[in-house]
Amino acid sequence: MRRFEEEFRGLNNALLDMGGMVAQSVHRSVLALVERNAEYAYEVRRDEVRIDECDIRIDAMASTLIALEQPVASDMRLVIAAIKISTDLERMGDLAVNIATRALSLMDHPELHPSIGLAEIAGLVESMVLRSLDAFVRRDAQVAQAVLTSDHGVDALRAGIQRDVVELMRRDPTAIERALDHLIAARSLERIGDHARNIAEGVIYLVQGVDVRHQPAGMMQ
Amino acid sequence: MRAKGVNFHYGAFKALYDISLDFPANKVTALIGPSGCGKSTFLRSLNRINETQRGTRIDGEITLDGEDVLAMDVTSLRRRVGMVFQRPNPFPKSIFENVAYGVRVNGLASRSDLAGIVEKSLRRAALWEEVKDKLSESAHALSGGQQQRLCIARGLAVDPEVLLLDEPCSALDPIATAKIEDLLVGIKDQCTIVIVTHNMQQAARVADNTGFFLLGKLIEHDRTDVIFKNPSKRETEDYITGRFG
Repeated sequence: MRRFEEEFRGLNNALLDMGGMVAQSVHRSVLALVERNAEYAYEVRRDEVRIDECDIRIDAMASTLIALEQPVASDMRLVIAAIKISTDLERMGDLAVNIATRALSLMDHPELHPSIGLAEIAGLVESMVLRSLDAFVRRDAQVAQAVLTSDHGVDALRAGIQRDVVELMRRDPTAIERALDHLIAARSLERIGDHARNIAEGVIYLVQGVDVRHQPAGMMQ
Repeated sequence: MRAKGVNFHYGAFKALYDISLDFPANKVTALIGPSGCGKSTFLRSLNRINETQRGTRIDGEITLDGEDVLAMDVTSLRRRVGMVFQRPNPFPKSIFENVAYGVRVNGLASRSDLAGIVEKSLRRAALWEEVKDKLSESAHALSGGQQQRLCIARGLAVDPEVLLLDEPCSALDPIATAKIEDLLVGIKDQCTIVIVTHNMQQAARVADNTGFFLLGKLIEHDRTDVIFKNPSKRETEDYITGRFG
Protein backbone atom coordinates (compact mmCIF):
# COMPACT_ATOMS: atom_id res chain seq x y z
CA MET A 1 0.00 0.00 0.00
CA ARG A 2 1.32 3.45 -0.88
CA ARG A 3 1.96 6.11 1.75
CA PHE A 4 -1.09 8.26 0.95
CA GLU A 5 -3.35 5.21 0.98
CA GLU A 6 -2.02 4.36 4.44
CA GLU A 7 -2.80 7.91 5.57
CA PHE A 8 -6.39 7.71 4.34
CA ARG A 9 -6.74 4.34 6.02
CA GLY A 10 -5.32 5.87 9.20
CA LEU A 11 -7.98 8.59 9.11
CA ASN A 12 -10.68 5.97 8.60
CA ASN A 13 -9.37 3.90 11.52
CA ALA A 14 -9.09 6.92 13.81
CA LEU A 15 -12.75 7.64 13.11
CA LEU A 16 -13.68 4.03 13.86
CA ASP A 17 -11.76 4.15 17.16
CA MET A 18 -13.53 7.35 18.14
CA GLY A 19 -16.90 5.91 17.11
CA GLY A 20 -16.31 2.84 19.27
CA MET A 21 -15.40 4.99 22.25
CA VAL A 22 -18.47 7.21 21.84
CA ALA A 23 -20.81 4.24 21.40
CA GLN A 24 -19.45 2.81 24.64
CA SER A 25 -19.92 6.12 26.48
CA VAL A 26 -23.50 6.44 25.25
CA HIS A 27 -24.18 2.85 26.34
CA ARG A 28 -22.65 3.40 29.78
CA SER A 29 -24.53 6.68 30.29
CA VAL A 30 -27.79 4.84 29.55
CA LEU A 31 -26.89 2.08 32.00
CA ALA A 32 -25.99 4.69 34.62
CA LEU A 33 -29.40 6.28 34.10
CA VAL A 34 -31.63 3.24 33.75
CA GLU A 35 -29.83 0.92 36.21
CA ARG A 36 -28.71 3.71 38.58
CA ASN A 37 -25.10 2.55 38.25
CA ALA A 38 -22.66 5.26 39.47
CA GLU A 39 -19.50 3.46 38.29
CA TYR A 40 -20.64 3.69 34.65
CA ALA A 41 -21.37 7.40 35.08
CA TYR A 42 -17.83 8.05 36.33
CA GLU A 43 -16.36 6.07 33.43
CA VAL A 44 -18.32 8.22 30.97
CA ARG A 45 -16.89 11.38 32.53
CA ARG A 46 -13.39 9.91 32.49
CA ASP A 47 -13.57 8.90 28.81
CA GLU A 48 -14.68 12.34 27.64
CA VAL A 49 -11.08 13.58 27.61
CA ARG A 50 -10.01 10.74 25.30
CA ILE A 51 -12.92 11.43 22.96
CA ASP A 52 -11.97 15.13 22.78
CA GLU A 53 -8.39 14.12 21.97
CA CYS A 54 -9.66 11.90 19.14
CA ASP A 55 -11.61 14.85 17.71
CA ILE A 56 -8.50 17.04 17.67
CA ARG A 57 -6.37 14.23 16.21
CA ILE A 58 -8.85 13.54 13.38
CA ASP A 59 -9.03 17.24 12.47
CA ALA A 60 -5.22 17.36 12.38
CA MET A 61 -5.04 14.24 10.19
CA ALA A 62 -7.69 15.66 7.84
CA SER A 63 -5.98 19.04 7.49
CA THR A 64 -2.65 17.30 6.80
CA LEU A 65 -4.27 15.18 4.08
CA ILE A 66 -5.83 18.27 2.49
CA ALA A 67 -2.50 20.14 2.56
CA LEU A 68 -0.30 17.31 1.32
CA GLU A 69 -2.54 15.13 -0.85
CA GLN A 70 -5.15 17.55 -2.26
CA PRO A 71 -7.71 14.75 -2.14
CA VAL A 72 -10.43 14.45 -4.78
CA ALA A 73 -13.44 12.20 -5.41
CA SER A 74 -13.99 9.54 -2.69
CA ASP A 75 -10.80 10.57 -0.86
CA MET A 76 -12.06 14.14 -0.62
CA ARG A 77 -15.50 12.94 0.51
CA LEU A 78 -13.84 10.84 3.24
CA VAL A 79 -11.89 13.84 4.54
CA ILE A 80 -14.99 16.06 4.57
CA ALA A 81 -17.11 13.31 6.16
CA ALA A 82 -14.39 12.64 8.77
CA ILE A 83 -14.28 16.29 9.86
CA LYS A 84 -18.08 16.41 10.18
CA ILE A 85 -18.51 12.96 11.74
CA SER A 86 -15.80 13.55 14.37
CA THR A 87 -17.57 16.78 15.38
CA ASP A 88 -20.84 14.86 15.76
CA LEU A 89 -19.10 12.12 17.75
CA GLU A 90 -17.49 14.67 20.06
CA ARG A 91 -20.88 16.28 20.73
CA MET A 92 -22.36 12.83 21.41
CA GLY A 93 -19.61 12.28 23.98
CA ASP A 94 -20.52 15.58 25.67
CA LEU A 95 -24.20 14.60 25.72
CA ALA A 96 -23.32 11.21 27.25
CA VAL A 97 -21.57 13.15 30.02
CA ASN A 98 -24.75 15.24 30.50
CA ILE A 99 -26.79 12.05 30.85
CA ALA A 100 -24.25 10.56 33.27
CA THR A 101 -24.38 13.74 35.37
CA ARG A 102 -28.21 13.57 35.48
CA ALA A 103 -27.98 9.89 36.41
CA LEU A 104 -25.67 10.70 39.34
CA SER A 105 -28.04 13.46 40.48
CA LEU A 106 -31.02 11.09 40.32
CA MET A 107 -29.18 8.42 42.34
CA ASP A 108 -29.27 10.74 45.38
CA HIS A 109 -33.07 10.60 45.39
CA PRO A 110 -35.75 7.90 45.44
CA GLU A 111 -37.14 6.77 42.09
CA LEU A 112 -40.14 8.55 40.65
CA HIS A 113 -43.64 7.03 40.88
CA PRO A 114 -44.94 6.45 38.34
CA SER A 115 -41.55 6.11 36.61
CA ILE A 116 -40.70 8.03 33.44
CA GLY A 117 -39.89 5.47 30.73
CA LEU A 118 -36.42 6.31 29.37
CA ALA A 119 -35.44 2.74 28.42
CA GLU A 120 -37.34 2.77 25.12
CA ILE A 121 -35.88 6.04 23.81
CA ALA A 122 -32.43 5.00 25.09
CA GLY A 123 -32.69 1.69 23.23
CA LEU A 124 -33.70 3.37 19.97
CA VAL A 125 -30.99 6.03 20.22
CA GLU A 126 -28.30 3.45 20.98
CA SER A 127 -29.44 1.45 18.00
CA MET A 128 -29.17 4.58 15.81
CA VAL A 129 -25.65 5.24 17.06
CA LEU A 130 -24.51 1.67 16.38
CA ARG A 131 -26.21 1.48 12.97
CA SER A 132 -24.76 4.84 11.84
CA LEU A 133 -21.28 3.59 12.76
CA ASP A 134 -21.97 0.25 11.09
CA ALA A 135 -23.03 2.12 7.94
CA PHE A 136 -19.71 3.99 8.03
CA VAL A 137 -17.69 0.80 8.52
CA ARG A 138 -19.45 -1.01 5.68
CA ARG A 139 -19.94 2.08 3.50
CA ASP A 140 -23.59 1.08 3.35
CA ALA A 141 -25.94 3.88 2.26
CA GLN A 142 -29.04 1.72 2.84
CA VAL A 143 -28.22 1.17 6.50
CA ALA A 144 -27.55 4.92 6.78
CA GLN A 145 -30.92 5.63 5.18
CA ALA A 146 -32.68 3.48 7.81
CA VAL A 147 -31.05 5.56 10.57
CA LEU A 148 -32.63 8.71 9.13
CA THR A 149 -36.05 7.09 9.37
CA SER A 150 -35.48 6.07 13.03
CA ASP A 151 -34.98 9.69 14.02
CA HIS A 152 -38.72 10.37 13.75
CA GLY A 153 -39.40 7.64 16.31
CA VAL A 154 -36.97 9.24 18.76
CA ASP A 155 -38.64 12.62 18.36
CA ALA A 156 -42.05 11.08 19.09
CA LEU A 157 -40.78 9.25 22.18
CA ARG A 158 -39.16 12.40 23.55
CA ALA A 159 -42.42 14.33 23.06
CA GLY A 160 -44.26 11.60 25.00
CA ILE A 161 -41.74 11.80 27.85
CA GLN A 162 -42.16 15.56 27.97
CA ARG A 163 -45.93 15.16 28.38
CA ASP A 164 -45.43 12.58 31.18
CA VAL A 165 -42.94 14.84 32.98
CA VAL A 166 -45.26 17.85 32.84
CA GLU A 167 -48.13 15.75 34.15
CA LEU A 168 -45.96 14.36 36.97
CA MET A 169 -44.78 17.81 38.01
CA ARG A 170 -48.35 19.07 38.04
CA ARG A 171 -49.43 16.22 40.35
CA ASP A 172 -46.38 16.14 42.64
CA PRO A 173 -44.41 19.41 43.02
CA THR A 174 -41.86 17.63 45.27
CA ALA A 175 -40.81 15.60 42.20
CA ILE A 176 -40.04 18.62 39.99
CA GLU A 177 -36.24 18.44 40.32
CA ARG A 178 -36.10 14.70 39.54
CA ALA A 179 -38.62 15.06 36.74
CA LEU A 180 -36.50 17.80 35.17
CA ASP A 181 -33.43 15.55 35.35
CA HIS A 182 -35.41 12.94 33.42
CA LEU A 183 -36.50 15.51 30.87
CA ILE A 184 -32.93 16.77 30.38
CA ALA A 185 -31.68 13.19 29.99
CA ALA A 186 -34.41 12.49 27.41
CA ARG A 187 -33.49 15.68 25.56
CA SER A 188 -29.80 14.64 25.57
CA LEU A 189 -30.74 11.23 24.17
CA GLU A 190 -32.80 12.87 21.45
CA ARG A 191 -29.85 15.09 20.52
CA ILE A 192 -27.54 12.05 20.40
CA GLY A 193 -30.05 10.61 17.93
CA ASP A 194 -29.80 13.84 15.90
CA HIS A 195 -26.02 13.46 15.75
CA ALA A 196 -26.36 9.79 14.71
CA ARG A 197 -28.61 11.04 11.94
CA ASN A 198 -25.93 13.56 10.90
CA ILE A 199 -23.39 10.72 10.77
CA ALA A 200 -25.76 8.67 8.59
CA GLU A 201 -26.13 11.66 6.25
CA GLY A 202 -22.33 11.90 6.17
CA VAL A 203 -22.11 8.23 5.19
CA ILE A 204 -24.59 8.73 2.33
CA TYR A 205 -22.46 11.65 1.09
CA LEU A 206 -19.32 9.54 1.43
CA VAL A 207 -20.76 6.57 -0.46
CA GLN A 208 -22.97 8.22 -3.07
CA GLY A 209 -21.63 11.77 -3.26
CA VAL A 210 -25.08 13.23 -2.66
CA ASP A 211 -26.11 15.64 0.07
CA VAL A 212 -29.36 14.54 1.75
CA ARG A 213 -29.34 17.07 4.56
CA HIS A 214 -32.31 19.36 5.14
CA GLN A 215 -34.63 17.42 2.86
CA PRO A 216 -38.24 16.43 3.53
CA ALA A 217 -38.55 12.74 4.49
CA GLY A 218 -40.21 11.79 1.21
CA MET A 219 -37.34 13.24 -0.85
CA MET A 220 -34.62 11.15 0.73
CA GLN A 221 -35.21 7.81 -0.93
CA MET B 1 -16.45 22.35 -32.05
CA ARG B 2 -17.59 18.74 -32.07
CA ALA B 3 -15.96 15.34 -32.52
CA LYS B 4 -18.01 12.27 -33.33
CA GLY B 5 -16.79 8.69 -33.63
CA VAL B 6 -13.16 9.66 -34.19
CA ASN B 7 -10.65 6.83 -34.72
CA PHE B 8 -6.97 7.48 -35.31
CA HIS B 9 -4.15 5.20 -36.46
CA TYR B 10 -0.37 5.61 -36.45
CA GLY B 11 0.33 3.00 -39.11
CA ALA B 12 -0.96 -0.28 -37.71
CA PHE B 13 -1.30 1.13 -34.20
CA LYS B 14 -4.76 2.35 -33.29
CA ALA B 15 -4.39 5.36 -30.98
CA LEU B 16 -8.00 6.56 -30.65
CA TYR B 17 -11.18 4.52 -30.41
CA ASP B 18 -14.50 6.07 -31.37
CA ILE B 19 -14.07 9.39 -29.54
CA SER B 20 -17.13 11.60 -29.39
CA LEU B 21 -16.82 14.86 -27.51
CA ASP B 22 -18.40 18.31 -27.75
CA PHE B 23 -16.44 21.44 -26.93
CA PRO B 24 -18.99 24.05 -25.88
CA ALA B 25 -18.26 27.58 -27.08
CA ASN B 26 -16.52 29.88 -24.62
CA LYS B 27 -15.76 27.08 -22.19
CA VAL B 28 -12.47 25.51 -21.20
CA THR B 29 -12.35 21.75 -21.73
CA ALA B 30 -9.46 19.83 -20.14
CA LEU B 31 -8.30 16.45 -21.42
CA ILE B 32 -6.56 14.37 -18.76
CA GLY B 33 -5.16 10.86 -18.62
CA PRO B 34 -1.89 8.94 -18.25
CA SER B 35 0.93 9.22 -20.79
CA GLY B 36 0.12 7.49 -24.06
CA CYS B 37 -3.65 7.53 -23.45
CA GLY B 38 -4.34 9.44 -26.69
CA LYS B 39 -5.29 12.83 -25.29
CA SER B 40 -2.58 14.73 -27.21
CA THR B 41 -3.29 12.72 -30.37
CA PHE B 42 -6.93 13.70 -30.06
CA LEU B 43 -6.06 17.37 -29.45
CA ARG B 44 -3.76 17.36 -32.49
CA SER B 45 -6.53 15.87 -34.59
CA LEU B 46 -8.72 18.88 -33.93
CA ASN B 47 -6.56 21.13 -36.15
CA ARG B 48 -5.04 18.26 -38.15
CA ILE B 49 -1.47 18.84 -36.99
CA ASN B 50 -1.25 15.02 -36.90
CA GLU B 51 -1.42 15.00 -40.68
CA THR B 52 2.18 16.20 -40.79
CA GLN B 53 3.24 12.75 -39.59
CA ARG B 54 3.45 10.05 -42.27
CA GLY B 55 1.38 6.92 -42.02
CA THR B 56 -1.40 8.39 -39.92
CA ARG B 57 -5.05 7.81 -40.67
CA ILE B 58 -8.16 9.35 -39.19
CA ASP B 59 -11.84 8.59 -39.62
CA GLY B 60 -14.96 9.89 -37.98
CA GLU B 61 -16.33 13.38 -37.89
CA ILE B 62 -14.89 16.65 -36.57
CA THR B 63 -16.90 19.79 -37.16
CA LEU B 64 -16.40 23.49 -36.47
CA ASP B 65 -19.58 25.52 -36.60
CA GLY B 66 -21.06 22.61 -38.56
CA GLU B 67 -18.25 22.63 -41.17
CA ASP B 68 -16.29 19.46 -41.81
CA VAL B 69 -12.82 20.01 -40.31
CA LEU B 70 -11.36 17.01 -42.11
CA ALA B 71 -12.32 18.48 -45.51
CA MET B 72 -11.43 22.08 -44.72
CA ASP B 73 -8.49 24.02 -46.20
CA VAL B 74 -5.74 23.44 -43.63
CA THR B 75 -4.46 27.04 -43.60
CA SER B 76 -7.94 28.36 -42.96
CA LEU B 77 -8.51 25.67 -40.31
CA ARG B 78 -5.35 26.55 -38.41
CA ARG B 79 -6.25 30.22 -38.41
CA ARG B 80 -9.59 29.35 -36.85
CA VAL B 81 -8.15 26.69 -34.52
CA GLY B 82 -4.88 27.91 -32.98
CA MET B 83 -2.40 25.82 -31.05
CA VAL B 84 0.08 26.35 -28.23
CA PHE B 85 2.66 23.65 -27.55
CA GLN B 86 4.35 22.23 -24.49
CA ARG B 87 7.61 24.12 -24.99
CA PRO B 88 7.37 27.80 -25.91
CA ASN B 89 8.41 28.15 -29.55
CA PRO B 90 8.72 31.84 -30.41
CA PHE B 91 10.09 32.65 -33.85
CA PRO B 92 13.63 34.09 -33.94
CA LYS B 93 12.16 37.53 -34.45
CA SER B 94 11.20 40.51 -32.33
CA ILE B 95 8.34 40.35 -29.82
CA PHE B 96 6.25 42.56 -32.14
CA GLU B 97 6.95 40.45 -35.21
CA ASN B 98 6.06 37.22 -33.40
CA VAL B 99 2.57 38.50 -32.64
CA ALA B 100 2.16 40.22 -35.99
CA TYR B 101 3.30 37.19 -38.00
CA GLY B 102 0.02 35.34 -38.37
CA VAL B 103 -1.91 38.53 -39.02
CA ARG B 104 0.49 39.48 -41.83
CA VAL B 105 0.59 36.01 -43.39
CA ASN B 106 -3.18 35.84 -43.44
CA GLY B 107 -3.50 39.43 -44.69
CA LEU B 108 -5.87 40.17 -41.85
CA ALA B 109 -4.95 43.79 -41.17
CA SER B 110 -3.52 46.88 -42.75
CA ARG B 111 -0.14 48.14 -41.63
CA SER B 112 -1.83 50.86 -39.55
CA ASP B 113 -4.06 48.37 -37.74
CA LEU B 114 -1.22 45.99 -36.97
CA ALA B 115 0.15 47.83 -33.94
CA GLY B 116 -3.31 47.89 -32.40
CA ILE B 117 -3.80 44.17 -32.96
CA VAL B 118 -0.38 43.38 -31.46
CA GLU B 119 -1.13 45.46 -28.36
CA LYS B 120 -4.60 43.96 -27.96
CA SER B 121 -3.24 40.42 -28.28
CA LEU B 122 -0.43 41.04 -25.81
CA ARG B 123 -2.93 42.53 -23.37
CA ARG B 124 -5.23 39.50 -23.72
CA ALA B 125 -2.23 37.28 -23.03
CA ALA B 126 -1.42 39.37 -19.93
CA LEU B 127 2.02 40.26 -21.32
CA TRP B 128 1.64 43.84 -22.51
CA GLU B 129 2.78 45.59 -19.32
CA GLU B 130 5.97 43.51 -19.24
CA VAL B 131 7.00 44.02 -22.88
CA LYS B 132 5.44 47.29 -24.06
CA ASP B 133 8.81 49.11 -23.87
CA LYS B 134 10.82 46.43 -25.67
CA LEU B 135 8.64 45.28 -28.55
CA SER B 136 11.54 45.37 -30.97
CA GLU B 137 13.73 43.13 -28.81
CA SER B 138 14.20 39.45 -29.55
CA ALA B 139 11.47 37.15 -28.27
CA HIS B 140 14.19 34.74 -27.16
CA ALA B 141 15.29 37.24 -24.50
CA LEU B 142 12.02 36.68 -22.64
CA SER B 143 11.68 34.21 -19.75
CA GLY B 144 10.06 30.81 -20.39
CA GLY B 145 6.74 31.94 -18.92
CA GLN B 146 6.79 35.16 -20.96
CA GLN B 147 7.66 33.22 -24.12
CA GLN B 148 4.67 30.93 -23.55
CA ARG B 149 2.36 33.91 -23.07
CA LEU B 150 3.87 35.41 -26.24
CA CYS B 151 2.94 32.21 -28.09
CA ILE B 152 -0.59 32.54 -26.75
CA ALA B 153 -0.66 36.19 -27.86
CA ARG B 154 0.56 35.04 -31.32
CA GLY B 155 -2.28 32.54 -31.44
CA LEU B 156 -4.86 35.08 -30.28
CA ALA B 157 -3.74 37.72 -32.80
CA VAL B 158 -5.56 35.97 -35.66
CA ASP B 159 -8.71 35.84 -33.54
CA PRO B 160 -9.19 32.06 -33.51
CA GLU B 161 -12.51 30.46 -32.62
CA VAL B 162 -10.75 27.64 -30.77
CA LEU B 163 -7.40 27.60 -28.97
CA LEU B 164 -5.74 24.22 -28.37
CA LEU B 165 -3.08 23.97 -25.67
CA ASP B 166 -0.88 20.89 -25.29
CA GLU B 167 0.64 20.85 -21.78
CA PRO B 168 1.31 24.61 -21.97
CA CYS B 169 2.65 24.91 -18.42
CA SER B 170 4.71 21.75 -18.00
CA ALA B 171 7.99 23.64 -18.55
CA LEU B 172 7.00 26.60 -16.35
CA ASP B 173 7.38 27.45 -12.66
CA PRO B 174 4.27 27.89 -10.44
CA ILE B 175 4.14 31.68 -10.81
CA ALA B 176 4.37 31.56 -14.62
CA THR B 177 1.82 28.71 -14.54
CA ALA B 178 -0.59 30.80 -12.46
CA LYS B 179 -0.33 33.66 -14.98
CA ILE B 180 -1.16 31.32 -17.88
CA GLU B 181 -4.09 29.82 -15.98
CA ASP B 182 -5.45 33.27 -15.15
CA LEU B 183 -5.23 34.37 -18.76
CA LEU B 184 -6.97 31.21 -20.00
CA VAL B 185 -9.94 31.96 -17.76
CA GLY B 186 -9.77 35.60 -18.95
CA ILE B 187 -9.87 34.83 -22.69
CA LYS B 188 -12.52 32.13 -22.75
CA ASP B 189 -15.26 34.65 -23.38
CA GLN B 190 -13.54 35.27 -26.73
CA CYS B 191 -12.71 31.74 -27.80
CA THR B 192 -13.26 28.10 -26.96
CA ILE B 193 -10.31 26.47 -25.19
CA VAL B 194 -9.16 22.84 -25.14
CA ILE B 195 -6.20 22.04 -22.90
CA VAL B 196 -4.29 18.81 -22.45
CA THR B 197 -2.67 18.63 -19.03
CA HIS B 198 -0.96 16.13 -16.77
CA ASN B 199 -1.57 18.45 -13.85
CA MET B 200 -4.95 17.50 -12.45
CA GLN B 201 -5.09 20.51 -10.14
CA GLN B 202 -4.64 22.64 -13.25
CA ALA B 203 -7.61 20.95 -14.91
CA ALA B 204 -9.62 21.46 -11.73
CA ARG B 205 -8.67 25.14 -11.56
CA VAL B 206 -9.22 26.24 -15.16
CA ALA B 207 -11.59 23.83 -16.89
CA ASP B 208 -15.38 23.97 -17.06
CA ASN B 209 -15.50 20.42 -18.41
CA THR B 210 -13.01 17.58 -18.18
CA GLY B 211 -12.59 14.42 -20.24
CA PHE B 212 -10.60 11.43 -18.98
CA PHE B 213 -8.76 9.32 -21.57
CA LEU B 214 -7.34 5.84 -21.05
CA LEU B 215 -5.78 3.53 -23.65
CA GLY B 216 -7.16 5.58 -26.53
CA LYS B 217 -10.70 5.70 -25.19
CA LEU B 218 -12.67 8.54 -23.67
CA ILE B 219 -13.72 6.93 -20.39
CA GLU B 220 -15.75 9.78 -18.98
CA HIS B 221 -16.59 13.38 -19.73
CA ASP B 222 -18.50 15.72 -17.45
CA ARG B 223 -18.46 19.03 -15.64
CA THR B 224 -15.07 19.42 -13.95
CA ASP B 225 -16.58 19.61 -10.46
CA VAL B 226 -18.45 16.35 -11.06
CA ILE B 227 -15.30 14.60 -12.32
CA PHE B 228 -13.30 15.67 -9.27
CA LYS B 229 -16.01 15.24 -6.63
CA ASN B 230 -17.94 12.20 -7.76
CA PRO B 231 -16.79 10.60 -11.03
CA SER B 232 -19.07 7.86 -12.34
CA LYS B 233 -16.39 5.48 -13.68
CA ARG B 234 -14.04 3.44 -11.53
CA GLU B 235 -11.10 4.10 -13.89
CA THR B 236 -11.54 7.87 -13.53
CA GLU B 237 -11.71 7.59 -9.74
CA ASP B 238 -8.55 5.46 -9.65
CA TYR B 239 -6.67 7.88 -11.89
CA ILE B 240 -7.57 11.14 -10.19
CA THR B 241 -7.03 9.71 -6.68
CA GLY B 242 -3.60 8.40 -7.68
CA ARG B 243 -4.48 4.71 -7.38
CA PHE B 244 -3.99 4.04 -11.07
CA GLY B 245 -1.46 1.38 -12.04
